[in-house]
Amino acid sequence: MRFMLLIYSEEGCWAEDEREKCFQESTQIANALHKEGKFLAASPLLPVSMATSVRVRDGKRSLTDGPFAETREQLGGFFMIEAKDIDEAVEIAARLPAARKGTVEVRPVHELEGLPGRQVGNSK
Amino acid sequence: MEHSDIQLVRRKVEEIYRVESRRVLATLIRLVGEFDLAEEAMHDAFASAVEQWGRDGIPNNPRAWLVSAGRFKAIDVIRRRSRFDASLPKLAVKPEAAAEIEEDVDGGGVEDDRLRLIFTCCHPALSSSTQIALTLREVCGLTTEAIATAFLTTPSTIAQRIVRGKAKIRDARIPYQVPSMEDLPARLDSVLAVIYLVFNEGYSASSGESLTRADLSGEAIRLGRLLMQLLPDPEVIGLVALMLLHDSRRKARTAENGDLILLEDQDRSLWNWPQIEEGHRLAEQAFAAPMLGVHAIQAAIAAVHTSAADTTSTDWAKIVALYDLLLRAEPSPIVELNRAVAVAMRDGPQAGIELINVILERGQLARYHLLHAAQADLYRRLGQKVEARSSYESALKLVSQEPERRFIEKRLRELDS
Repeated sequence: MRFMLLIYSEEGCWAEDEREKCFQESTQIANALHKEGKFLAASPLLPVSMATSVRVRDGKRSLTDGPFAETREQLGGFFMIEAKDIDEAVEIAARLPAARKGTVEVRPVHELEGLPGRQVGNSK
Repeated sequence: MEHSDIQLVRRKVEEIYRVESRRVLATLIRLVGEFDLAEEAMHDAFASAVEQWGRDGIPNNPRAWLVSAGRFKAIDVIRRRSRFDASLPKLAVKPEAAAEIEEDVDGGGVEDDRLRLIFTCCHPALSSSTQIALTLREVCGLTTEAIATAFLTTPSTIAQRIVRGKAKIRDARIPYQVPSMEDLPARLDSVLAVIYLVFNEGYSASSGESLTRADLSGEAIRLGRLLMQLLPDPEVIGLVALMLLHDSRRKARTAENGDLILLEDQDRSLWNWPQIEEGHRLAEQAFAAPMLGVHAIQAAIAAVHTSAADTTSTDWAKIVALYDLLLRAEPSPIVELNRAVAVAMRDGPQAGIELINVILERGQLARYHLLHAAQADLYRRLGQKVEARSSYESALKLVSQEPERRFIEKRLRELDS
């Protein structure tokens, strides 16, 4: 079963070298997970200031600067993993360096039929 | 079959339901992997039992019979479902011989299943209100209505919590298992917290305490005993001791009109002495563990209180020493406040006031009515009426419990006379 690990933290709270270390550590974890067949995807995101929000209402498209809602912690990256249950997903989330600084939200993925792409570890 | 025989079988099935239904349910959840399906299957199995046992007699191992029957009922449901919905897994349940189930049921399997059920219902991925509702419903078998009455809410709120909880267990894959040795201490904490919350709900709501609420403390003690039997960890034993020792004073804590009676004024002959004896024995056992946990320490404190003939002969030095330990294990301003009161009993009111002022100067517990009430009481003992009145008035502004409000008002009146 797939879980999305959403990484939230305060953008200002990372020093440059901390961020670099976090990326390195996260990459190692991603490689280790890949060896176990548990890695699906992961990426850090550029800051919220780079974000654009899109909404279509009554057929009209509107674009606005930044994220949908202002919160103290912002979405800064994600891991998509394959885990057997929430305990395993939480165990992996707790290994992420970002968990020590911000919050990692663990969300089960609703698996839709008919989506393109490889079916990794279809444990349904 | 004679009419009286049918009545006999019916009564026997009812008795088995009372004693065994939670065990049967716990095992069925493991076998069929779904809470609702397991519950439905269990009820079907009991219904069939009335019919079949009336005809063929009561089987040698009724529990194994019920688990086996329940499992086949669940298989039927899954078969029917999969006929309608081809995307469902072919068969999540493989039918097995009844003999195998019997072996499973008679071995350690069932007790492990009950432990699994407790840990799943108290999984930290569920909110604490959901943990409480699920545990009382699934592990203790309380009705939704009884849980609602106890927690002063509506049955539909409780029902919703249970439905959402079960949905999260299913969709977020909360495992049906006892955590590994490595995770056990942290996970046991949430189980113990649920049991203690249930206990306190039945214990500290002292005004208009309906029967259901007293029952809730009894239910928590029963749950604690079950856990202690399944997992004799010192912290579990400590919690059971703590609950027994608190609960033993229930009758002496309130006057007939519902007024609070302080520990120092309680009629100790009203205490439940057999329960205290058991509490002492368990507290000692928990305290002997190499790693002391918070419940073991709290139980030891309760044991010192219940060992003395009155407050003056209470070993306050020992209580202060135990609070020192507790502060190290779990630092909190509330523990500090309790320690301050114990120090006041040992060294005099002035020493207690100074410690309370330290907490207040750090900006903590200023909104906690018991801090002001404790401070007021110490000023009262020193004969400093002006300060005592001012502290009682602060407490009065913050108190929300009716008997406690009446108690503070009474003390204020006494200051004037």
